[in-house]
Amino acid sequence: MGLVFRNETFRDDFTYKNSPEGVKRFPFPFPEDKYMYSVNMEPHTPGPKGSVFEHLIDIDEHYVSEMRDRALVLQQDPKRCQALPHMMTAQWDMLELIMTSMASSHPEHFTLSRNGDDWHWINRPLGIDQKFRFGDASTLPYEPMEYIGRQCQGDFSIQDQRDNQLWMDAGIITSQADWSLDFDVGMNFHEWHGPVPLAHQAGVFDRALKFLLNLQYGQPTRRFNWTMTINPRLDTSPENYHKWGTDRTTVTPENVGEKVHLRVELQALFRLPRSNAILFSIRGYLISMEQLVTVPKWARRMHRVLKTLPPELADYKGLTRYRDTTIEWLSKYDDGAPTTPGWGPE
Amino acid sequence: MSISPVRRMRVAEVERVASRIKRFRLVDAAGHDLPAFSGGAHVVVGMKKGDHLLRNAYSLMGAPGDTSSYQISVLRTEDSRGGSAFMHEEVEVGSEIEITGPVNLFPIAKMGRRHILLAGGIGITPFMSMMHELSAQGADFELHYGVRSFEQGAYCDHLKAQYGDRVRLYQSDKGEKLPLERILEDQPLGSHMYVCGPKPMIDWALNLGRTVGWPEEALHSERFGAPAAGTPFVIKLARSQREIRVGPHQSILEALEQNGIDAPYLCRGGACGQCETAVVACDGPLQHNDHYLTDDERRSEKKIMICVSRTSGSSLTLDL
Repeated sequence: MGLVFRNETFRDDFTYKNSPEGVKRFPFPFPEDKYMYSVNMEPHTPGPKGSVFEHLIDIDEHYVSEMRDRALVLQQDPKRCQALPHMMTAQWDMLELIMTSMASSHPEHFTLSRNGDDWHWINRPLGIDQKFRFGDASTLPYEPMEYIGRQCQGDFSIQDQRDNQLWMDAGIITSQADWSLDFDVGMNFHEWHGPVPLAHQAGVFDRALKFLLNLQYGQPTRRFNWTMTINPRLDTSPENYHKWGTDRTTVTPENVGEKVHLRVELQALFRLPRSNAILFSIRGYLISMEQLVTVPKWARRMHRVLKTLPPELADYKGLTRYRDTTIEWLSKYDDGAPTTPGWGPE
Repeated sequence: MSISPVRRMRVAEVERVASRIKRFRLVDAAGHDLPAFSGGAHVVVGMKKGDHLLRNAYSLMGAPGDTSSYQISVLRTEDSRGGSAFMHEEVEVGSEIEITGPVNLFPIAKMGRRHILLAGGIGITPFMSMMHELSAQGADFELHYGVRSFEQGAYCDHLKAQYGDRVRLYQSDKGEKLPLERILEDQPLGSHMYVCGPKPMIDWALNLGRTVGWPEEALHSERFGAPAAGTPFVIKLARSQREIRVGPHQSILEALEQNGIDAPYLCRGGACGQCETAVVACDGPLQHNDHYLTDDERRSEKKIMICVSRTSGSSLTLDL
């Protein structure tokens, strides 16, 4: 049985919503009632059927609408997709990883046939049928990263590895939580994490870098990150801050439930075979507070996490303006009962 | 920290390519495609002889995009701990062996404008795949390859035929010496140097490179060879409360594996840092043979790279 793709928007009238099944598989990111940074990385191994971990690359009911939104962003701002010249091999690695994963996880929607370097890709939901030669970018309508990036949910950056460092030398980033590829491209791991508070002192980034430099092919790793977004808007980029920054002032006790969204990023890291580069996928999930509180454990825990969040983190994540209003609204759903560890429903 | 998944391979071809060097072509035992890899990558081959387990790292030599088979070359060493003798004497067409990887700890610097490859003896192997890659990209490169004699050097004919003037051979039986000073002194900005060969050659190339002003980021090396031998000792595992004997020609990592304990590793050559282990107690000096820990870390005697380092004392307690 194939996925049923929703027809929805992430701008203007914001019709995005999760189906009841979509709520059930939402990757709620808090294993306990308090949040603090950690190197919370674990092997990106296949998880339970139906979960966001079932496949290496998760495709869901929002696929078609998200790809439509990405095309709009790229049309208005082509700099959201950039690759330095030495990253071409890595672009092909990325295309291979995504096409093989999508074709094997959803054969009813995607088909890949390979005969040596002659490849044939069929993407039924987006109506694409493309024959091309692997390794020859002139046989695709876009460079390989952009080509497949326009057909796969989630943002992607590709890191070159040299001098015991990772360098963000390519990416297609259209649904980011307030950071800019155009600003970060060419930076190293420590540089692009520069603005993150508290974690540097804890040595988090030194440990994470060391771990990633030895990341092996076939053993991807994953972690969660999260923030909050007003309205189900994918493109909360610095470039478009003028379009969404003021949304934060529109939250009232009456509209918290529909306006305030938890935004979870399932971040996965893959060693790429031919280029020895590392692919970083940032797969975002949005859920409104009114949908989130339909799971009682999540409602209690969301309330407690927001209440105890250090102010530096609340500021960094841009929550300060509407945090109190949201805590107040969530308090109605927190009866003080204890919660079980782990992120699944009780 | 996870351990590499093991892949069973079948030997499809064995060829003697020099007096003491054999080339092995390996295919997936179940007939699957293999992962592509990048120039300079290696695999670790696991060898079981009776209850004796050995793992050696070998560079992949074929074309990086060839997913039908992997090729490695094995030099039969005089003071073999058993690995190269096993490969030479017991592995034949049809044999099955286990590998992990590929892993690349000796990659091409993609931003390099010119690539100077320096090989000594069996140190040629990582450059075989690197040259495939450089050549396919139309990159500017040259190989300087020192061998004892034409007969003892592997792939001399093949390399000359494939890459022509980009390859310079130096035969020590003819009194030819790799003219490193001249090579390193006169290279344009953006050049990168890669060296693989016997330890003295690597040290010579790196030191000379630094002396004539090459930036550290442009100097690359890969070391190979067995972990240094020493006196036997006992390791005590603080967490699992076990005691394991480490033989004179065995590394700590090998002794652990022999006893069914999986510890993380990648390079098995003291370079990558993956097997760093905390030392709880030690009744004699540590012998650090790695290239990873800083001088301060060595002096602290709190950490050890168990793939190559050992102790001259009688026991060592590790946080394992």
